Amino acid sequence: MERAVNEPVKAGGSLLPRLQRWLTPLIVPLILLAAWDICVRVTGTRLIPLPRDVAIMLYDFTFGGIYDDAFSKTIHIHFWKSVQRVYGGFFAAAAVGIPLGLLIGRIKLVRELIDPTLQILRPVPVTAWLPLSMIFFGLGPNAAIFLVFLGAFFPIVLNTTFGVRSVDHRLFEAASMLGCNGSSLFRQVVLPAATPSIFNGLRLGHGFAWILIVVGEMTGVPEGLGAVIMDGRTLSRTDLVISGMIVIGLAGFLSDRVIVAINNRLLAWSPQHHA
Amino acid sequence: MHEPALHRSARPTLAVKALSKRFSMGEQTVEALRDVNLTIGKGEFVCLIGASGCGKSTLLRIIAGFETASAGSVEMYGLPIAAPGPERGMVFQDFALFPWLTVKENIAFGPRQRGLPQSKLDEVSARYTDMVGLTKFANYYPSQLSGGMKQRVAIARVLANDCEVLLMDEPFGALDALTREKLQQELLEIWERTKVTVIFVTHSVEEAVVLSDRVVVMTAGPGRIEHDARIHLPRPREVSAIDFNQVRRDITQRLTSHVGVKAIPAAA
Ligand SMILES: Nc1ncnc2c1ncn2[C@@H]1O[C@H](COP(=O)(O)OP(=O)(O)OP(=O)(O)O)[C@@H](O)[C@H]1O
Ligand SMILES: [Mg+2]
Repeated sequence: MERAVNEPVKAGGSLLPRLQRWLTPLIVPLILLAAWDICVRVTGTRLIPLPRDVAIMLYDFTFGGIYDDAFSKTIHIHFWKSVQRVYGGFFAAAAVGIPLGLLIGRIKLVRELIDPTLQILRPVPVTAWLPLSMIFFGLGPNAAIFLVFLGAFFPIVLNTTFGVRSVDHRLFEAASMLGCNGSSLFRQVVLPAATPSIFNGLRLGHGFAWILIVVGEMTGVPEGLGAVIMDGRTLSRTDLVISGMIVIGLAGFLSDRVIVAINNRLLAWSPQHHA
Repeated sequence: MHEPALHRSARPTLAVKALSKRFSMGEQTVEALRDVNLTIGKGEFVCLIGASGCGKSTLLRIIAGFETASAGSVEMYGLPIAAPGPERGMVFQDFALFPWLTVKENIAFGPRQRGLPQSKLDEVSARYTDMVGLTKFANYYPSQLSGGMKQRVAIARVLANDCEVLLMDEPFGALDALTREKLQQELLEIWERTKVTVIFVTHSVEEAVVLSDRVVVMTAGPGRIEHDARIHLPRPREVSAIDFNQVRRDITQRLTSHVGVKAIPAAA
């Protein structure tokens, strides 16, 4: 009812605020672009291309027709390879991390058994696993997927454990007096109460997955956005490097929005978790 | 109108027998309750009142089955209580609703555990949602409700589970004066309609006298029952009436006498 009263007012004045909401986030990137352009022109460096050159490269990377080299019109191949690896590693991490986190959170023996090991492994930067992962999995995409897996695994398992451990004790009391015990307690109370935390973990892990795919693809794979960046470096084609960076940034950003949308939908009950 | 004598003759629903409770934290032991005896008849409305720390919550939690007694026992219809059960429903001061369930799902939570079919669940939750006047909010989540509405859901949730004893630990303590008064009246109406037994913890003598058939005054260190007074005032009770004030003064005096503070010296 309140809505209905407010709506006409909102509709009448909506154009300017809406325009503002779309334009405000663009200000800083535009300033950065301008600064980049000016710095390159003032210093006259040849190591960094102008924004305009990167735009041309991105166009060629996507549609071809300008340079017609090995990278022209190949963005979809690299993008698709990276997406497959990111989500392969990410879903594997979720498939292992969520159940493990639930077990660690609920069962004391599992916690005592596994938690210390996790706590020791956790501070090791995932990139430090690169040499070992290449020994385990050889040169090729599997080493990259393994890195993605490790990077996503820790935030997922730790946040899931945290979510299970921090369920308000009163909810257990309320559930038990209402006749909810044993396995249905887990399904009806622990799991829903822990979902906000689990989603936090998924979101963090998803972010790490996109970071680590680049590291993982920098050695030993011919295709993928990380490989493109590495090729750009070897060929001294900085426009290609920056193009790769932009595509990764956009891909990571867009897929994060998808996760947030799912999160908001599933967790409509919890307004503090709307991001 | 209720006739207290009727309740007295009814067979006891709850019997607290020589109940003691000690909490030990490392070296220290706190004696929260010592030798508490209390018999409560079916349909009685009993208020527990007493200084902070005298063990009111502890007593309620033992009756609920959330804590175990150090000595003595609590019996319901002659059978000792060992664990939480649907026949004893707790209403917490901080509501403890399931935030991921809507109003009607929260209310249907207990019946759902008993495996009722969905149609029956809808029917039960609709009935109790209506009883606490929240039909318009049936599909709201707890985070979208005011404190008073949340507490109504909490009450409906245990009633929908056919609870026979309503255990309420300062249920209206977090609410403003107006909401509190409104909920007191609603609770009385529900109580008269459902004939549920109520044990109600409060810090307010007025609230105790407005609501109950019986006010049990507890004292601290260790927690025990100091006084057990029947309230014979007819309902509905008017807080500004002369006899109401008389009763309130009496109880305030009981409450403060052991601390050595005279309630209202000019009175009585
Ligand atoms: N879980 C616990 N562990 C240790 N001590 C406890 C525990 N619960 C209660 N106590 C102690 O038992 C005593 C009685 O506590 P209780 O909460 O029952 O008092 P209360 O009458 O409800 O007080 P208030 O009016 O402030 O709510 C207090 O001294 C308290 O410190
Ligand atoms: Mg208390």
